[in-house]
Amino acid sequence: MTFSSYDAWWWPFAFILAGGWLATDSWRYLGVVFGGRMAEDSEWLVLVRAVATALVAGVVGNLIFFPTGALATTPVWIRVAAVAGGFAAYLALGRKIIVGIVAAEALFAALLLAL
Amino acid sequence: MLEQTETVLQGGAAAWFIRGVLATLSVPLIILISAFVGFAGLAHESGLTMAETVFMTGVVWALPGQVVLVGSVLSGSSLAATAFAVALSSVRLMPMVMALVPEMRTRSTRNWVLLLLSHFIAVTSWVLAAERLPEVPRERRTAFYGGLGSTLVLVNMVVVVIVYLAAPHLPTAVSAGLFLLTPIYFITSLWGSAREHAAYYAMGLGVAFGPIFHMIAPGFDLLGAGLVGGLGGYALHRLFRREASR
Repeated sequence: MTFSSYDAWWWPFAFILAGGWLATDSWRYLGVVFGGRMAEDSEWLVLVRAVATALVAGVVGNLIFFPTGALATTPVWIRVAAVAGGFAAYLALGRKIIVGIVAAEALFAALLLAL
Repeated sequence: MLEQTETVLQGGAAAWFIRGVLATLSVPLIILISAFVGFAGLAHESGLTMAETVFMTGVVWALPGQVVLVGSVLSGSSLAATAFAVALSSVRLMPMVMALVPEMRTRSTRNWVLLLLSHFIAVTSWVLAAERLPEVPRERRTAFYGGLGSTLVLVNMVVVVIVYLAAPHLPTAVSAGLFLLTPIYFITSLWGSAREHAAYYAMGLGVAFGPIFHMIAPGFDLLGAGLVGGLGGYALHRLFRREASR
């Protein structure tokens, strides 16, 4: 049962509800129920945060190395250089997300034009 | 100063709801919008329809979860694997809700109101709320957060629509640039929100293992990256902490 298993118009929405909404809002509801009863620095939460971080980082890695659509038409070294350059600018210039975004996009545009 | 505080205290729930709406006008909103422009570009390039993407934004309302969801659709994961991966990426919402809810709860607050409001809790609204709630009278905080949270969701649903309408008319290079917003946004925001070194190691391992698992086990790539990167990152964190304390 994948996203494209059924042709029915409602199937993608049911997939999003079960795979997205239920999987996300369950945590929010649990948070309301248990509000104020668990220490944020518990060792268990450190592990959970690490897994969640690696999961999203995994998506990021796939987007850089195996993108689809328009980004797939660009050379992989430009994508790596743009993201690495943006991240370096973020680290060097006061850790502002907006700085990282602007630097990465500027580098990406410059390298594409230079090609 | 005291007089000022007293004037601010005045006003009913509707007035505080409006103040919550206005509180969204901020730099974090600009960053969030650019992240959603990137997400909408990603979803569009991945073949999702506008209705699916707008629906997803409204019902999930957590960008990492949404990106994982689109990533799972792309790699043809099963519904069970998708839900598991999205759930893992959204665990962090629980401690965030747990931290915010006590600030909004009064003796007369009904639980269903808090459950409803908890849907709006994600990184940006959480940051804004944590910043602004102390200046809101306690019994008006649910109204204030209702205005703030619902506005952020609606604005970004509109952003998705605009990107979908504009996408067919954009040159390839611009679409590629929009797509690139998502990776750079997440690399910087994950790094910025990390509280301990485990998250830094997990991030590095995750970026590497996502593509590795994509080649050897597509459909399991995100879970694989999350488990190997997360457990590995946590292990490195423990290891280096022990070395440092020696």
